[in-house]
Amino acid sequence: MDAKTYDMGKIDIAWCPGCGNFSILKILKDALSELDIAPSELVMVCGIGQGAKAPHYFKANVFNGLHGRSLPPATAIKAVNQSLVVIAEGGDGDMYGEGGNHFLHAIRRNPDITHIVHNNMIYGLTKGQASPTSLEGFKTPVQPGGVILEPFNPLAVAISLGASFVSRAYSDDFEETKEIIKKAIKHKGYALVDLLHPCVTYNKLNDRKWFKENTYYLDDNYDPTDRNEAFKKAMEDEKLPLGVFYINKEKKPFEEQLPAYKKNKKPLYEREVDFEKMKVLIESKKS
Amino acid sequence: MKDISIVLCGEAGQGIQTVENILVSILKLSGYFVFSAREFMSRIRGGSNSTEIRVSDSPVNSFVEKIDVLIPLDSKAFDHVRWRIGKDTIIIGEKEFIGGKSKKTFEVPFIELAKEAGNKLYANTVTVGVLSGMLDVDFDRVKYFIRGYFKKKDRKIIEDNIEAAKKGYEIGKDMVEAKGIDFDLKKDEKAKEHLLLNGTELVSLGAIAGGCNFISSYPMSPSTGVLTFLSQQQEEFGIVAEQAESEICAINMSLGAFYAGARAMVTTSGGGFALMVEGLSLAGMLETPIVIHLAQRPGPATGLPTRSEQGDLLFALFAGHGEFPRVIFAPGKAEDIFNLSRKAFDLADKVQVPAIIMTDQYLLDSSFLVSSIDISKLKNKKYFVKTGKDYKRYKVTKDGVSPRGIPGYGEGLVVVDSDEHDEEGHITEDLDFRTEIVDKRLRKMDLIKKEIEPTELVGNKNYKTLVIGWGSTYYGIKEALDRMDNKNMAFLHYKQVYPLHPDTRKHIEKADKTIVVENNATGQFAKLIKMETGIQVDGSILKYNGLPFGVEEIVGKLKAILKKEDK
Repeated sequence: MDAKTYDMGKIDIAWCPGCGNFSILKILKDALSELDIAPSELVMVCGIGQGAKAPHYFKANVFNGLHGRSLPPATAIKAVNQSLVVIAEGGDGDMYGEGGNHFLHAIRRNPDITHIVHNNMIYGLTKGQASPTSLEGFKTPVQPGGVILEPFNPLAVAISLGASFVSRAYSDDFEETKEIIKKAIKHKGYALVDLLHPCVTYNKLNDRKWFKENTYYLDDNYDPTDRNEAFKKAMEDEKLPLGVFYINKEKKPFEEQLPAYKKNKKPLYEREVDFEKMKVLIESKKS
Repeated sequence: MKDISIVLCGEAGQGIQTVENILVSILKLSGYFVFSAREFMSRIRGGSNSTEIRVSDSPVNSFVEKIDVLIPLDSKAFDHVRWRIGKDTIIIGEKEFIGGKSKKTFEVPFIELAKEAGNKLYANTVTVGVLSGMLDVDFDRVKYFIRGYFKKKDRKIIEDNIEAAKKGYEIGKDMVEAKGIDFDLKKDEKAKEHLLLNGTELVSLGAIAGGCNFISSYPMSPSTGVLTFLSQQQEEFGIVAEQAESEICAINMSLGAFYAGARAMVTTSGGGFALMVEGLSLAGMLETPIVIHLAQRPGPATGLPTRSEQGDLLFALFAGHGEFPRVIFAPGKAEDIFNLSRKAFDLADKVQVPAIIMTDQYLLDSSFLVSSIDISKLKNKKYFVKTGKDYKRYKVTKDGVSPRGIPGYGEGLVVVDSDEHDEEGHITEDLDFRTEIVDKRLRKMDLIKKEIEPTELVGNKNYKTLVIGWGSTYYGIKEALDRMDNKNMAFLHYKQVYPLHPDTRKHIEKADKTIVVENNATGQFAKLIKMETGIQVDGSILKYNGLPFGVEEIVGKLKAILKKEDK
């Protein structure tokens, strides 16, 4: 499918010139087109934030809900209609801050959705406060003496919970990131893509140069099924590894285990209430 | 009408509910009309809990204070219900539990008899036996029921339980024959044909009938029973039931489910609903339908977790930032619990608004006899449309309802957004369109009003005093007025509290005096009437100690108000 299929035509994009989100948008369109996913079978679920605006800039079904709350509806959409491709997309504040609890439980449930987190280590939409992934010592108007908290490590958390697919990518590495996203979408089960990208307006510390100097790719011999090794890699903070850290093949997708699909594979919208069965249930209340 | 009230009182974990479950079924199957209500503490073991079982020769559906037969099961029981014990109360129990001796006190060694039958654990079955004997139940029916109830247990356990019941049964018979206790209750074949259902089951069955096939919720008393019921019907009725990590997750999941074509609900109580408020507002903005079962208990905060109150009316009405339409039902009659739970799904889907069903602990935990539930003519309309290429989710229409597409059904794209959005669903700051789409959303209120539930007027149409109630107080107020038999009084019940029925003003203006009876401290329904009609009602009867109104209490308070007037 041509990547142009997803183009919205002339639209007003609200990101700053040079924002890492532009390349993420292009990468996502290319990945989807190479996977041949039609906009009508794709549901993008997002919350609030600069990253969460992305679904408004290309053709897809969109559920743009509340800040931090995209994983619950994404899980439900997939559970109601398994033929849909569901991607939850948002920023580090949205997914790791406001929505932190849903992050933990989405991993536990393991719905077959892709979770793309635009991680620029800063709050862009609210104009430059620290995010859960901001580095220690990072100064902002709200943290004038520098951030005193240790940054949240989403990969280590995901791996410790036995997430079924855990990866990290960087927005400027076009080909590599596209391949990681394609793998994540194809993966059957919950797939995390922690997607580093620069914020050119508010994050002067983690700029393009910083990302180039402080990231490297896991090598070709790396075995992503080794959980301990994955955890070690996730804990590295001198230089941040990029690539697919961990794949847990044991985990079954959430929706495939639901009793509602045991005898009937149809999506819920195609079903009718079984009133005959209901009559029997009601009659049973006579005795 | 003749009726007696049997109260079992003891600690949590003593099996009061088992006795209640068995006894109400046996009595109903024997041809008595029954009703039961529970009050209990927020603990799994210990404390003092009680269950009331009313047995009558004609339909009864409300809680009364009086106790005709008390079975105290521990030493605290007598004191716990002392305020309800009268000079005619028959007290049956172990020597140390039955309080002061009177000629209406009967010592029955339940535990000793249970031990004789094989195990002291069978004491509850002895109790069932005693009451069955007193109420002239055929012992074969007791035997048959016990066999069914314990069918998964060992044969020996079943036979021992029957033996325990027999021992109790003989004592009960003896009370009637030798000790002159005779309730003189007539049996009625019609009772046998009734359905025995509690409020939780009625909400749940109504939901299934309304096409509910998705529920996500976080357990919270007294709302959890609906989640449990639907979870147990997942495979049978194709329902996705998920225990969410929080109420915030629950409502956001359900909105995602409805967006994708399911009919989804959440069940919760005040504290959980508080967490869902942002999601409620989201439903208003997305115009994604949602059904919310709000099972009230006393607040603020954690409040009294296992008790009853009607304290969340105005909260439900005003919850959610921003302005958007909603509908709030508050059934009181057993049939209405089913019907309105079903209707909530239809209306929410049709008009694309949140529909809230308000119940409370008393209503949910009470068991009613329902003559029938006719589902033969029910059919659920699917309101979503197959989308075309140029589909716009928020097309501005005359009635405010934009045809609702769902993703993957048709060629179109379904875009919904919590930001203010254009017709396509994409974020916009076009302030002229903002006004237009706000008006579009609010126009749906007219459609809701078209389908408003009628109020029910009980009593003389040419009343002088009008008593108003809403939700779970229906049967209690109705019985109170029946007892008062005052030709100048009538009772007006609201099973839909918002929007408020347009005839409200007419009804109130016809009365010399209007009194609102509600289970809260600040008279919230009276305030709603004032807000919607400008009329300040003349008086309120309020209760907020965590218990429902007893019929006698309503009678007493109404009489007191009327008497004051006479002076």
